[in-house]
Amino acid sequence: MIPLIGLVIGVGLGLVLQPTVPLWLEPYLPIAIVAALDAMFGGLRAKLDGIFDDRVFVVSFLGNTIVAALIVFLGDQLGVGSQLSTGVVVVLGIRIFSNVAAIRRKLFRA
Amino acid sequence: MSGRGDGELTALGRAWAVLRPRATRSQLLTCVLCLLLGFAVAAQVKSKRADTTFAAARQDELVGILSDVTERSDRLRGDIRDLEDTKARLERDGQGQAALEEADRRATTYGILAGTLPATGPGIELFIDDPGTRVRANVLLDTVEELRDAGAEVIQVNDVRAGVDSYFADAQGQAGIDMDGRRLRPPYRLLVIGDPHTLATALNIPGGVMKTLRNSGANGLITQREKVAIRAVRS
Repeated sequence: MIPLIGLVIGVGLGLVLQPTVPLWLEPYLPIAIVAALDAMFGGLRAKLDGIFDDRVFVVSFLGNTIVAALIVFLGDQLGVGSQLSTGVVVVLGIRIFSNVAAIRRKLFRA
Repeated sequence: MSGRGDGELTALGRAWAVLRPRATRSQLLTCVLCLLLGFAVAAQVKSKRADTTFAAARQDELVGILSDVTERSDRLRGDIRDLEDTKARLERDGQGQAALEEADRRATTYGILAGTLPATGPGIELFIDDPGTRVRANVLLDTVEELRDAGAEVIQVNDVRAGVDSYFADAQGQAGIDMDGRRLRPPYRLLVIGDPHTLATALNIPGGVMKTLRNSGANGLITQREKVAIRAVRS
């Protein structure tokens, strides 16, 4: 519950403080956010399954974001930036969907 | 959803059982990470909304757009060049005509002043009969200078056009006056183009030309004319 409150507080802070995204970060931030969302849902699913480990969660959170950004960066350097970015988003979307499905099954037995 | 009524409560109850707030280190850590995520989401959404189309575009997209824009800009610049050439040509022609007329006008004015062109205009005719042939060159010179001071623009003496370098000399031993190397014999007829009234007044001032002529035994007759035709030209 506390993490959810933290999420809400974070969104509120963002709306209030109105930060500007630095230019070097701009291409990678969306991908990093999606990767972090994936880690979030994975953690929620693990929590509902009762196998949540905070160390795993932190590592997965940070690892996902950094790896996603790295893949996008590498793609830009190689010249396949848009394709790799699309691929990463697709994979992350699949994982999010599968985690949400598992959560739904756990919560609603449906 | 199947079993919604019972399942929903149970689902919520299940969710609450799992997600009940507990002040554990793991929860706080997760909270921090979620805070970061929320913050990043808000920032990204705001940036996306405030973004002009290109700030987050990929490099290859930008390169494509740039080459399109450059090509179009080149084509437009070529069009501009063509149109400017046409405009300059038309302007030149138009101005050429005007410049030609201007030059013609100036040439005419200078020609009249220099004495190379005939002229007509209002003025006076000064008839000097000199029965005793006592009028000397300096008298004629004084007359011409007085007329010029009174605004005479064109002066003709007998059939010699007066110019800026005209001179009068007494004919050696003979009657008459040399003007610009040509012999003038009395009577002297001066045709002057200028303001008739001013010219007449200038000649008639006390102690002026008319007086001098009378002193020389000559008679001067001023006739104001609306149109004086001067045909003598200097070569």
